[in-house]
Amino acid sequence: MKAFRILAAGLAGLSFAAMAHAEGGAAHPHEPEGGWPFEGAFGQFDLPSVQRGYQVYREVCSSCHSMKLLSYRNLGEQGGPFFDPEYPNPNNNPYVKALAADVEILSPTPNEFGDYDFRPATPADQFKSPFANENAARAANNGAAPPDLSVIVKARHGGASYIYSLLTGYPHEDAISTREVTPAVVTTPASDNGTPDDPTDDIAEVTTPAVIQTVIDVSKVHIAGHDAAEGEHGEAGLLIQPAGQYYNPFMAGDTTPQYEGDPRHAPPGGFLSMGPQLLPDRVTYADGTEATPEQMAHDVAQFLAWASEPKQTNRKSLGLPVMIYLGILTILLWFSYKRVWRKIEH
Amino acid sequence: MSGHESSYTPTNGFTKWLDKRLPIVRFANDTVVTFPTPKNLNYWYTFGGILAVCLAVQILTGVILAMHYEPNVNGAFASVERIMRDVPFGWLLRNIHANGASMFFFAVYIHMFRGLYYGSYKAPREVLWILGCVIFLLMIATAFLGYMLPWGQMSYHGANVITSLFGAIPLVGESLQTWILGGPSIGNQTLQRFFSLHYLLPFMIAAVVILHIWALHVPGNNNPTGVEVQDVEKDTVPFHPYYTLKDSFGIVLFLIVFAYFVFYAPNALGHADQSIEANPLVTPAHIVPEWYMLPFYAILRAITFDLGPIPAKLLGVIFMFAAIAILFVLPWLDTSKVKSMRYRPVARQFFFGFVAVCLLLGWCGASTPSNPVFPALQGEDALVVSYTQDGVEATSTYKGGGEAYVDAKRFMDGLPEDASPSLSAVPAPAFTFSQLSLILTFCYFGYFFILFFIGLTEKPKELPESIHKSVLKRHKATSATTAPAE
Repeated sequence: MKAFRILAAGLAGLSFAAMAHAEGGAAHPHEPEGGWPFEGAFGQFDLPSVQRGYQVYREVCSSCHSMKLLSYRNLGEQGGPFFDPEYPNPNNNPYVKALAADVEILSPTPNEFGDYDFRPATPADQFKSPFANENAARAANNGAAPPDLSVIVKARHGGASYIYSLLTGYPHEDAISTREVTPAVVTTPASDNGTPDDPTDDIAEVTTPAVIQTVIDVSKVHIAGHDAAEGEHGEAGLLIQPAGQYYNPFMAGDTTPQYEGDPRHAPPGGFLSMGPQLLPDRVTYADGTEATPEQMAHDVAQFLAWASEPKQTNRKSLGLPVMIYLGILTILLWFSYKRVWRKIEH
Repeated sequence: MSGHESSYTPTNGFTKWLDKRLPIVRFANDTVVTFPTPKNLNYWYTFGGILAVCLAVQILTGVILAMHYEPNVNGAFASVERIMRDVPFGWLLRNIHANGASMFFFAVYIHMFRGLYYGSYKAPREVLWILGCVIFLLMIATAFLGYMLPWGQMSYHGANVITSLFGAIPLVGESLQTWILGGPSIGNQTLQRFFSLHYLLPFMIAAVVILHIWALHVPGNNNPTGVEVQDVEKDTVPFHPYYTLKDSFGIVLFLIVFAYFVFYAPNALGHADQSIEANPLVTPAHIVPEWYMLPFYAILRAITFDLGPIPAKLLGVIFMFAAIAILFVLPWLDTSKVKSMRYRPVARQFFFGFVAVCLLLGWCGASTPSNPVFPALQGEDALVVSYTQDGVEATSTYKGGGEAYVDAKRFMDGLPEDASPSLSAVPAPAFTFSQLSLILTFCYFGYFFILFFIGLTEKPKELPESIHKSVLKRHKATSATTAPAE
């Protein structure tokens, strides 16, 4: 009986643990060294990092990715990266005004003649979108529209760690090489459409020009927590990148069709249309921080974490008093309950 | 509304006047103050009060959220985010409402299991139990409708899966599905009607809750012994202050868990895909409902075979609805006269088994059906070379480690040029979640049928003479064990 109950409890725990486990063929995202400052019950954003992250977004990401749910004023609101206590209304904050004015937008409201003008943005304006609409975004990006980044950290398993892992997870250039492949000569038997004298299908051989393929030597890709089929029986696999796509172990997908090697050991991850963006010194930080790829990925991931939930700071700071209040109330109710019931046998 | 004699006496002129016209004060007094309640109710019985709080919280936060929400496919997603960003304390309201649904179901499941364990569905409380099942059904409908409103990927594709279930009904199915959706597919009209109904159903729940409490107050509470109240003086205490305080203590403990999720893990119970705006052209890799629907989802997916003229899909739908419908007839399936499982040694074992089955069904619902249940026991994938030889398709299988790949590769190189070989990995046969779900589905229904037979043959333990005696006996037992230490 006891054993049965323990078993049931064990199964319950197991099923909850299993439910929490996310599925997927991609490598598990990892935190940057030292973790995220905004995690935990008392965690707060590292504002200088969020500020640098905005710079990375502005100078790198924003050329393809929109953030439609954010306005420039959000940057200067309480908890935001450029909040200044002197200007509780972010629309008055000169720094935020300058950041907005740095961007020229097509005014969403018509002028007195009914035309739409280009003008510098104000804090009240939405972040400028790089493309007029989704079709334009798709057309300019090889058929894949870059996702809006407003809530991207909430929209991916692994959150900010996913962003960080993805941006820093592209294979090192040592692993990437190109090769020329001549497709096999396709031989079509002459006259296979049934009319023996038709000259149009008398072509016996179709030759296609050689193709330059980008291949990744998987044995040189190091992914934390994943043991590659490294040179087992001298057969290290090669991953062939589809044209216009890039391999990333943290991208959801399936690499098996593109893998030359033991299909049971196809590497984790998938292909995406965005190539590696954060090359060393892609931006120049005003505060002198060295712009390594890891630093930029860390900063922009933190900026996106803030953008996905700008009220996170408020949430946690209200949480503590609520918990203390409920804790005291629990103690008071416990003693009241014990006192009222003291004469009742139950 | 209460089955006991009223002890209310109006004290002043106004209440005397009112009592002759609308005895609302008397009613309130009899219902929540003097109502005689068994003195041996344990903490599992506080979940009724907790559920009342859950309903109130959901309605209050929901009404305010509706002031800011935009039921339109173009604006719904952004308006929910606007609530989180620009509405004062909107993030708090929305986190409470979204996590409140999970808390509501968590509490209702405990409340239902408590009813199952202590036999609260048996005479004279069958109507009380059935009204509870109606509330549960309305809750599921409300939660499903509400999940549509944020217009995320899971909203859209989840609703697609569930509404297509109606399409599986023979003859009228397709028309019914179109009628529910308001068109051939989910669109703006669907979102608007879901919003309207999501606002309506909670008030219907509230109405059935009133009936539920009414049906509770006629026979009075069941209690952990399952023995009915015999002597009101000795067996019961007035509801106030005894149970108002005990319930309040339970409610505050529950609120601490609630607050933990709201303030520290607001997205832990949700799905990341809900933060991607609905896109009919992109289907998520795994469509899963919220955690509280997972056991029913597992039952739905467990049926993968046709049964005579009934296609698998319809059969799955039938089983899923039957899983809830069977609760309605439970009072007549259980043949035992003894209510509480405390005194039913055999049925009690099956009860704990049933709880485990429900949790495991939840696990199955969250997992991909074709995945192995025990990945550790999964044998290595086999390599299969598919090729054509003399115009006939053939396969060759290689098993083992790295050398199998070398062998397969060598075999492929040795094939003639026109064989066009391809290599793929085929997973070893394993015990999958799909199979486990099917077994568990039969266990789920089996529990209710086995109760019928256990009731006929089981020899129950000796029941206490009364609630009062059982309490005294327990106290004697505890004082006897502590006595030598003194």
